[in-house]
Amino acid sequence: MADQKNDDDVLGKAYDSTLMKRLLAFIMPYKQYVILAIVLNVLVAALGPLRPYLTKIAIDDYIVGKNYPGLLMIGIALIGTLIIQSVMQYLLTYYTQYLGQKTILDLRTKLFRHVQTLAVKYFDKTPIGRTVTRVTNDIETLNEMFSSGIIMIFSDIFIIIWIFGFMFAIDWKLSLVTLSVMPFLIYGTFLFRKKAREAYRDVRLYVARLNSYMQEHVSGISITQSFNKQDIELSTFSDINRDHRDANVRSVFYYAIFFPAVEFLTYAAIALIIWYGGGQVIQQQITLGVLLAFIQYTEMFFRPIRDLSEKYNILQTAMASSERIFTLFDETTIIKNPENPKPLKVVEGKIDFKNVWFAYNNDEYVLKNVNLSINPGETVAIVGHTGAGKSSMINILTRFYDINKGEILVDGINITEVDKRELRRHISLVLQDVFLFHGTIRSNITMGSNAISDEQMIKAAELVGADKFIRTLPNGYNEEVKERGSTLSVGQKQLISFARALANNPRILILDEATSSVDTETEFLIQEAIQKLLKNRTSIVIAHRLSTIQNANKIVVMHKGEIKEVGNHQELLAKKGIYYKLYQLQYKDQELPVQ
Amino acid sequence: MKNLRSLIPYFLRYKKLLIWGIIFIILSNTANTYIPVIIKNAVNALETNLKMEVILGYAGMIVLVSIVGGVFRYYIRQTIIVMSREIEFDVRQDFWTHLLRLPLRYFKDTSTGTIMAHATNDISAVRMFIGPAVMYSIDTILRLGLSVTIMIQISPTVTLAALAPLPFLSILVYYVGKKVHTRFTLIQEKFAELTTKAQENFSGIRVIKSYVKEESEIEEFSVLSKEYLERNMKLVKIQALFQPLLFLLTGFSVIVVVYLGGMKVIQGEISLGDMTALIIYLNILIWPMIAFGWVINIVQQAEASMNRINKILNEPIDIADSDSTDYSIKELTGSVEFKNVSFSYKPTSPNVLDSISFSIPKGSTVAIMGATGSGKSTLISLISRLYDATEGTVLLDGKPITTIPLATVRTTIGLVQQEALLFSNTIRNNLTYGLKEHNEELMLKCSAIAQFDKDVQEFPQGYDTIIGERGITMSGGQKQRASLARALTIDPKILILDDSFSAVDTHTEEEILKNLKDFMRERTSIIISHRVSTVKDADTIIVLENGRIAEKGTHDELIAIKGLYNDIYTKQLLEKELEEAE
Repeated sequence: MADQKNDDDVLGKAYDSTLMKRLLAFIMPYKQYVILAIVLNVLVAALGPLRPYLTKIAIDDYIVGKNYPGLLMIGIALIGTLIIQSVMQYLLTYYTQYLGQKTILDLRTKLFRHVQTLAVKYFDKTPIGRTVTRVTNDIETLNEMFSSGIIMIFSDIFIIIWIFGFMFAIDWKLSLVTLSVMPFLIYGTFLFRKKAREAYRDVRLYVARLNSYMQEHVSGISITQSFNKQDIELSTFSDINRDHRDANVRSVFYYAIFFPAVEFLTYAAIALIIWYGGGQVIQQQITLGVLLAFIQYTEMFFRPIRDLSEKYNILQTAMASSERIFTLFDETTIIKNPENPKPLKVVEGKIDFKNVWFAYNNDEYVLKNVNLSINPGETVAIVGHTGAGKSSMINILTRFYDINKGEILVDGINITEVDKRELRRHISLVLQDVFLFHGTIRSNITMGSNAISDEQMIKAAELVGADKFIRTLPNGYNEEVKERGSTLSVGQKQLISFARALANNPRILILDEATSSVDTETEFLIQEAIQKLLKNRTSIVIAHRLSTIQNANKIVVMHKGEIKEVGNHQELLAKKGIYYKLYQLQYKDQELPVQ
Repeated sequence: MKNLRSLIPYFLRYKKLLIWGIIFIILSNTANTYIPVIIKNAVNALETNLKMEVILGYAGMIVLVSIVGGVFRYYIRQTIIVMSREIEFDVRQDFWTHLLRLPLRYFKDTSTGTIMAHATNDISAVRMFIGPAVMYSIDTILRLGLSVTIMIQISPTVTLAALAPLPFLSILVYYVGKKVHTRFTLIQEKFAELTTKAQENFSGIRVIKSYVKEESEIEEFSVLSKEYLERNMKLVKIQALFQPLLFLLTGFSVIVVVYLGGMKVIQGEISLGDMTALIIYLNILIWPMIAFGWVINIVQQAEASMNRINKILNEPIDIADSDSTDYSIKELTGSVEFKNVSFSYKPTSPNVLDSISFSIPKGSTVAIMGATGSGKSTLISLISRLYDATEGTVLLDGKPITTIPLATVRTTIGLVQQEALLFSNTIRNNLTYGLKEHNEELMLKCSAIAQFDKDVQEFPQGYDTIIGERGITMSGGQKQRASLARALTIDPKILILDDSFSAVDTHTEEEILKNLKDFMRERTSIIISHRVSTVKDADTIIVLENGRIAEKGTHDELIAIKGLYNDIYTKQLLEKELEEAE
């Protein structure tokens, strides 16, 4: 349980002008809402503090002056301000929220779009969870800043300004006396925020620890039970649970002291008003109405100050989030498209690797001077140990990565000179770890392409032998596929991915054979499907099956990034070279799984 | 409130804190509701032009009384909220204690996510009830009682008219709160969908790029984002109502006091001081009335949450020691016998095992073969008593497994499961997980047997390397070998290998099996495998088919009867010959 700090937790300053400028660019399309919100803010802020002033008039002029119609007028005026304030407050909240939502919608889709353009290299080096957080939670934090942060700061400041304005307009000396508690109030509030934030950070740490501990041990409950370790696990759990409780109890202190302290300061201000103001009343410098208005104002200070103190927190987290978001926006790991791409309309399927050198990092070449020519319609099986460079061959042919030296030609055209999307349309890729999307069987085979008719889809499924099991599903091709295809077996998933590749009828097929064991029946189905898949097209297979290798036109043996041997099964066996050894080690024992 | 009643024992445990808390609430409220009376007297005194010293006295009293009230208020949180944290701790502790002992059947039916939701959301919902809800409800009732009593003494009619909107405030908070809750849940659901979509897209980026589906993915994502915006705005529509309505109702009360009270002042029925006091009381009452509606929501949510927690706590622990347990059984020698054992996961579902009978003498090796779903894994989980047989008896050392202390059963058996699960801890702690005391030498020995030692040497910190999210990721084969080593360290009398080499290459598997032969000399081994080469040397081979024993015997015997086993064998042989022939 090491508690390493995640870089996502680090907080910095609450304001950064460069970041703010970039953020404002996203608000600009909605500037009319911003203006509306600010205007509403100024007006709404005035109406609250207006009421104690009206009360003062009521007391001094009409109650003391015994003027019934005047009192009624004030009553109506008070109700009027109240209704106007309520309506405007509603509009204000609604539009600031709308503004925030619109802005983050733009930000989110734009960011997602940007991520889609990033090269596979980015996804290989960045944990998926981190990118997910950027487009989800980080953007969400910004929403809070847009909707309740920036604009509400105006609101709070205006309220305070209006209160001060009214107070000083009524009596500046009494105002100064009353406001003498302000520094304490402000200092106390901000100190509380800071302390509460620190305490909360502690609590969060233990909550995270508690959660990850439980998560892991619920998943691993059979281990705990079969090793009879319930008591040990209980005591480990107790420790974390205790830390969690203690952190919470520590944070109680700050809340326990803060709320009474604020209450005390409010009453202290009232006491000051009565003491100093009372003296003024006795000396007939001010009226009783003034005194009562001031007492009401003291009760209005606190909310905007407390809100302002919260804003710091919101701004700080929002700045941290936006920094991470813009770092992702600035990520430039992309595979460049040529400015004037050469057309690649109909492809024959000839592939040439010419003196290809490739490295994932700097000079650590994983492919060294690879030369390989594949004729249209040929099936080439690539074999080799783990780390021989087999997967890299896929990565560079599909332009998931660009090579460092040499060139790759499809139909004699360098692949960097054509639109990479055009290139990929002609290549179907079947990966070892089959990736199914949430949707239906249909959408997983057609990949949402309208160009593939139902007949073509079903024909593809029939050819690879997937049709039979799909039809037994309650909804056939419309059967829901859960995330990652969790309801389907490994074999079924593979057959669907074959159907997917076949339905696209590519000129070039790349197949990374799965190694996972399936039952014999499915294994036969898969073997048959693979043969059909490879037919009539140029195919490159990273082979794990003996049957696939034996049926290939050419076997390419890779070793430490180099092509060491090329030939068919018999030729290579006779050579007694690397292939011979590989065969002894990996393929010879390949047995039929149990039925 | 039926479910929340089960919290009574917890409250009783901390009754001291609760009682003190209530006392502090009473004291603090008494002090605070007295302050408006002082202000009233001060204003009244000013009207009659009293001396400066008296005024100063009133000001001093306000400060003094508010200090007293504040101190008590501090202790309210330090008692009641602290109590809620203590009870939360206890509830969570009881929850986990129970969970650890629940039969595996429960975990098969309940997803980890659901259990986690109970452990986090439900427990904190209940905590909100124990702490804030209890505190605010007592506080509100007391404050309301005290304030209204004094207000009515000042002027019953003005008081009633001014307070009339406040119950609406509570009702409003309650309903808005409820609506907010449901709409918020809808937002969270959409957010989860959005997250899942992003997750799926980024994990499947290779497929998306190779099928050139970026545009349609962006489209789908932006549709989801728009739906998310709409749900948010639905919530905003309700939430934005909240503050204005609050203004209206509370502002209205004050206006009533100013107008009606003002009239009474003009008529000379009450003084200006009285009116001031009424206004201040209103201010004191607003927050508790808001809190009241909020509290009702908390109570309702806590009731639902407690119901879910109780369901788990009442889940029977049916695999445990009982009256028939013979605690004198401290050790087992390793013989296993099944007598007419049948098993089904649910009473309604078909039998996974059907009248299974066999016996394994101690020290022998038994192999189990069969297709996926034939009942192999179920069978061995009965030996570890992770499940109990539905019918028939499982015997260890000739004694029914249910009479042997569970701890004895589990410490006798080393189980290596198909899915190698390791904890995110150091490799050392994982390998010695089953040990009471650390034994480095033993660990190293077992690690070597499992052919795991060489891998460890490659890790940055050797046996101190942390695995899992915060450390290194191990390959499937490494995990399987590590979990084998973990099972060996407990010095098992019975070792069960459930297809434990599926991710280990054949060459390494052979090495491990060779090492194990020596280690297992005096022990019983039960091996599940798909490979004939792995099982052929076993003393007995059992072939399962649809939960029944189809064949049983030695390799030669099974070959002779020319049944299922022979089929598998010939197929695997044929394949071999085919390879050799070409």
